[in-house]
Amino acid sequence: MTTRKITIEPVSRVEGHGKVTILLDEEGQVSQARLHIVEFRGFERFIQGRPYWEVPVLVQRLCGICPVSHHLAAAKAMDGIVGVDQLTPTAEKMRRLMHYGQTLQSHALHFFHLVSPDLLFGFDADVAIRNVIGVAQKFPDLAVQGVMMRKYGQEIIKATAGKKIHGTGAVPGGINKNLSIAERDGFLKDLDQMLEWSRAALKIAKDYTVEHLETLADFGSFDSNHLSLVREDGAMDLYHGNLRAITKDGDKIFDQVDYQSYYKYIAEEVRSWSYMKFPFISELGPEDGWYRVGPLARVNTCDFIDTPEAESARQEFMALTNGKPNNITMAYHWARMIELLHAVEKIKELLNDSDLQGSDLMVKGERRGESVGLLEAPRGTLFHHYKVDENDQVTMANLIVSTTSNNVPMNLAVEGVAKKYLSGMEITEGLLNHVEVAIRAYDPCLSCATHALGQMPLVVELHDSQGNIVDQRSRG
Amino acid sequence: MSDKIKITIDGKAIEAELGQTILEAADAAGIYIPRLCAHKDLLPIGSCRVCTVIVDGRPQASCVKPVMDGMVIENDTEELLQHRRNIIDMMFVEGNHFCMFCEKSGNCELQALAYRFGITAPQYPFQFPEKDVDASHPDILLDHNRCIMCARCVRASQELDGKNVFQSIGRGFDRKIGVNGEKALGDTDMDVNDKAADICPVGCIIKKRVGFETPYGERLYDKEPIGSDIEKGATA
Repeated sequence: MTTRKITIEPVSRVEGHGKVTILLDEEGQVSQARLHIVEFRGFERFIQGRPYWEVPVLVQRLCGICPVSHHLAAAKAMDGIVGVDQLTPTAEKMRRLMHYGQTLQSHALHFFHLVSPDLLFGFDADVAIRNVIGVAQKFPDLAVQGVMMRKYGQEIIKATAGKKIHGTGAVPGGINKNLSIAERDGFLKDLDQMLEWSRAALKIAKDYTVEHLETLADFGSFDSNHLSLVREDGAMDLYHGNLRAITKDGDKIFDQVDYQSYYKYIAEEVRSWSYMKFPFISELGPEDGWYRVGPLARVNTCDFIDTPEAESARQEFMALTNGKPNNITMAYHWARMIELLHAVEKIKELLNDSDLQGSDLMVKGERRGESVGLLEAPRGTLFHHYKVDENDQVTMANLIVSTTSNNVPMNLAVEGVAKKYLSGMEITEGLLNHVEVAIRAYDPCLSCATHALGQMPLVVELHDSQGNIVDQRSRG
Repeated sequence: MSDKIKITIDGKAIEAELGQTILEAADAAGIYIPRLCAHKDLLPIGSCRVCTVIVDGRPQASCVKPVMDGMVIENDTEELLQHRRNIIDMMFVEGNHFCMFCEKSGNCELQALAYRFGITAPQYPFQFPEKDVDASHPDILLDHNRCIMCARCVRASQELDGKNVFQSIGRGFDRKIGVNGEKALGDTDMDVNDKAADICPVGCIIKKRVGFETPYGERLYDKEPIGSDIEKGATA
């Protein structure tokens, strides 16, 4: 028997296009497994020369799932370009409402539509049932909740950005509209229902994790550093804050770093087999400096959450690991649902704030040539860095998206699961889905990660030791 | 003036005045003839051909054709609509018109005509020409990617501003709007308050630093299709 290479292409139920390759040796043991991102995009290059005020609208086209993240991160950077460090209360709160609306819709989409088939039917259930249609047939209430929560979030985006996808709300130095009383009342009407469904989703994710803890603890899990923005008082803040990185044990690597100088703390490495870069914490180097971002990292790094129900859920979550960071890959789902509840609580807080009806929308200051905008996107910390010349044209752009930061972790999760579940086995679709389950935990957005052109879905290939393709499974 | 004459547009008899163009007479009667290069404050040049109508069986640019008594004009016909669609379509593929991130979206006459004509995607292949962006002026951006060569800016600068900032240069596919300056727009006497800064039907000449400040729903063509003002505001 010769060595073989399995390719999963496309990887399904993730955003964007990627593939997994798994190398098997003569004994059928997994010797290597990698997630390759095969899209190539050129946003950082082709926005050069464009006027800076166009960037928040242009660059959000990176993505159709959480374009608001790019819209707001770019707008935050452009606030700096127009010399604004503090927005008006109406502008900041409108942007926050937009951001929490998108966190709600993105997390709901991921949990209810992309992940629930694995959790409800099992990783190796019949593929004909293990999909969103299967969920709609067997658990119609859940499927409807997913759709309605996503709709609620999308309507908030429409009310704040002008459109459900690819709006124009955030402009350099502010926002172009406020929230009308009629819009506010429309959202308040359904708010309690959203809270109730968020609590129920959180319970599903928590119960699943706790009930399967033994399996999940060894399912693509590994110790890692974690990185996110935190507020000055250490609270979770998805829209704004300073950078904090912690070790697997919770020790701080750096804390309260002004993100304008992120490049002194984070570096990026390129590898030949992926279009996605590999970021790392500079002082630790590429070998040890990689880190995780996203819901798991955020719940791990923050000292507390400033909304009561999500905070209580966080304490329960942290109790599982005695207050130390939770390094279980599949715990991402639980953490994500804590954030879902947090987002709804924040939406409630904001809707009851009359600043949203204010009319002071924009401010301008003294022009600057360079600025950085960061926020916590649904999938993790998002970095936007621009230089703008005296003619108002962008001369440099650097984007580090959440999925890029999770590149090493996703590869480790893929390798861990492949070695544990595929070694020495006859490869079935159900077994290969285990690999995809590990990837899905990170809710990767492969389109964003490569800033790319291309179709969606992912692929798994089986190669022999000479690199010949022996088997291939693809969906999409 | 008593030089009233009768013409017919799409079977409807209307009164016109000698000296009017067909386009002007139609506007006054509340009949919209689509146009791009024509503008009420500028002399017509009959360049874009979007306003072409059939006059007594022959195609004519209505912005330059004077009315004559008894003219029988066809405007709103399937055949003319198809010709107009083709012209608009060619304008889209000959430039780099990315409506999705263009700040003129919602206020753009080219886009509004495409919507009015039901064009959802171009039928001709995109040319993706290489065009440059002139950002040298402190307050005005000149993005040649979006120019449709209507020459409104050329005429507005001359006729309304008493300047001569813009000129057409080059030939055929390479024709473009040039500026009368050492190198670029920043070297000319163009001022942000010039009429020429406000007259571009597309997103080629735009004022800097104000893009996207008008939210969706409040832009010119968000509520009604282009031409609605003429159709509702008949003056004759």
